[in-house]
Amino acid sequence: MSLSDVRQLFPALGIRVYGKPLVYLDNAATAQRPQAVLQRQQELASLENANIHRAVHALAVQATDAYEQTRDAVCSFLHASAREEIVFTSGATAAINLVAYSFGEAFVHEGDEILVTVTEHHSNIVPWQLLCSRKKAVLKVLDIAENGALQVESLQKLISQRTKITCISHISNVLGLVNPVQDLIRICHEKGVPVLLDGAQGVVHAPVDVQALDCDFYAFSGHKLFAATGTGVLFGKRKWLEAMPPFMGGGEMIETVRLTGTTFAPLPEKFEAGTQNFNAVPTLVPALAFADACRQDPEIVREQEAIVQYMLDALQRHPRIRLFGVPRRTEEKIPLFSFAVEGAHHEDLALILDKMGVAVRSGQMCAEPLMDRLGVTGLLRASFAPYNTLEEAESFMKCLDKAITMLV
Amino acid sequence: MTLEEKKQQVIEDFSLYEEWLDKYEYLIELGKALEPFPEEKRTEDRLIKGCQSRVWLDASLQEGRLYFQADSDAIITKGIISLLIGVYSGRTPEEIAADDFGFIAEIGLKENLSPTRANGLVSMIERIKEIARNAR
Repeated sequence: MSLSDVRQLFPALGIRVYGKPLVYLDNAATAQRPQAVLQRQQELASLENANIHRAVHALAVQATDAYEQTRDAVCSFLHASAREEIVFTSGATAAINLVAYSFGEAFVHEGDEILVTVTEHHSNIVPWQLLCSRKKAVLKVLDIAENGALQVESLQKLISQRTKITCISHISNVLGLVNPVQDLIRICHEKGVPVLLDGAQGVVHAPVDVQALDCDFYAFSGHKLFAATGTGVLFGKRKWLEAMPPFMGGGEMIETVRLTGTTFAPLPEKFEAGTQNFNAVPTLVPALAFADACRQDPEIVREQEAIVQYMLDALQRHPRIRLFGVPRRTEEKIPLFSFAVEGAHHEDLALILDKMGVAVRSGQMCAEPLMDRLGVTGLLRASFAPYNTLEEAESFMKCLDKAITMLV
Repeated sequence: MTLEEKKQQVIEDFSLYEEWLDKYEYLIELGKALEPFPEEKRTEDRLIKGCQSRVWLDASLQEGRLYFQADSDAIITKGIISLLIGVYSGRTPEEIAADDFGFIAEIGLKENLSPTRANGLVSMIERIKEIARNAR
C-alpha cells in the first residue's frame, strides 16, 4: 500500500476546515476510522443487530458469532494464551476501573500499597485513589528523571512487603516515550508484585505480546486504534481474573440466580455484565487488521520514522520551544510530541493552528500530576497516526512558526 | 457612549476583519493593550473557573458604576476579556445585570471559539453578571 492509498481509506482525511485541508494531529485523543471500519459499523447497525448470548434465532447467533470472533482476533493481536483472558469493556478507563475494583476487593487491605507513576493519565490514577480511600490503602508514586524517563532504579526501593499492584502506562500520552516495561515488570515480579499496563497509547505504537511481556493486566481503547468508540479491552491473566469477584452484576455474567444467592458465569462473561456493545465491538476486527498492515508496511514504517526524526530535530532546534519527553534513543519515541513555547500560551497556539486547519491538543492532557511535576500549566501536543505524512509534519512546523510570530 | 452604542461599535470594529486569523490578530492587539493587572489582585477568588487558560477578574464600585480590571495568561483570552470589560466598565450594576450579552453571538465569537474556550467565555460573562447582581 502506498501512503496515498492508505489516506484514501479515511474519509475524514479529506475534510476541509475553514476552507483549508485538515491536518489531523490529535490522534492520541482518538484516531480516524478507515472505510472498512465505517462500513462494518454500518452493517452491524443495519443488518446484524440482535442481542448476543441470549436468543436462539439466526440473527442473534450471527451477532454472537461476530462478537466472539472479535475476542479471538483480540486474543491473537495481544498474543494472549486464551480467549478467556480477553474481557470487553467500554474503554481503557473502564478496564482499569474494573481491575481497581475487583482486584482491590480480592487482594487489597488496609495499609497495603498501590504503585503508580507520575506520568500516568488520570484514568490510571483516579481508580487507584478511589480504591485506596475505600480500603485505607496508600498510593505510592514512581518519579521521572529530567528527560522524562521513568526512574527505573528507584522502583526497587518503592516496592515494599505491602505493595499489591504496580500500574504503569506502556507509553505515556504526554511524553510519548516507550517505557522499559519489560524491566519494570521483571523488577516487580521478582518481588511478587503483579503489573497492570495502561496500553491506551502503547497498543497503537508498539507490538504487544502479553505473554512475552508477562504483564498481569493490559488495558486499551479501540477508538484510539481505528475502531468504533465504546470498544475497550482488558487482558488479564487467568489466575487473577478467576480470583477476582465480578465488577458489576446483571445480564449474562451469572450462572444461576436464586434469591438466596447467585453463582457466576465462567470467564470472560463473569466480567461482562449488562448489554454488551455488540454493534461496535466487531469493528475491532478490521481495525486490528489495519493496524497490523500498517506495522508491516515498509513505506508507512519509514514515513513514521522520518516524522519522528524530523519533529525531534525541528522542535529541539527551535529557540523558543521546550520539548518534554526527549528520548535517549530515537526508537524510544513514538510520533507524539508535547511541548511548551516560550512567550506563547498553548491555548492561543491551538486556537490559531485550528484556524489554519491544524488539529492539535492543548492543555493538561488528562495528566495534571505530570503537568505539576514538569512545572507547566499545560502543553501543546501533536500526535501522529500511520496515515499522517512527513509533509504534514513540515506543514505543522510552518503553521506553528506563523502562530508563534503572531503571538510573540 | 451608551451601552448600546458601544456594543454597536465593537460589532462594527470586528466586522472589518473577514478572516478569522485577522480577528485573532485584532484580539491579540487588544490583549496586549490591556492595562497591567495589579499583582496583589492575582488571587484564587478572582480566578474564573471553566477556562483552559487562567483568567482573573476584579471589579470596583465607584460612584454607582462598576469598573473592571482583568488579566489572563493566554493572550487571545486576554483580548476577549479586554473587549468585554471595554464594553461593560463604567456602567451601572443595573445596566449590566439587565443586559443579555447578545452582541457576543453577533460578532461570532462564541461559535468560532473552541468549546473549552466558549465555556471560558460563558464563565467570564457569568462572573461579570454575578458581580453586577451583587453590587445592586
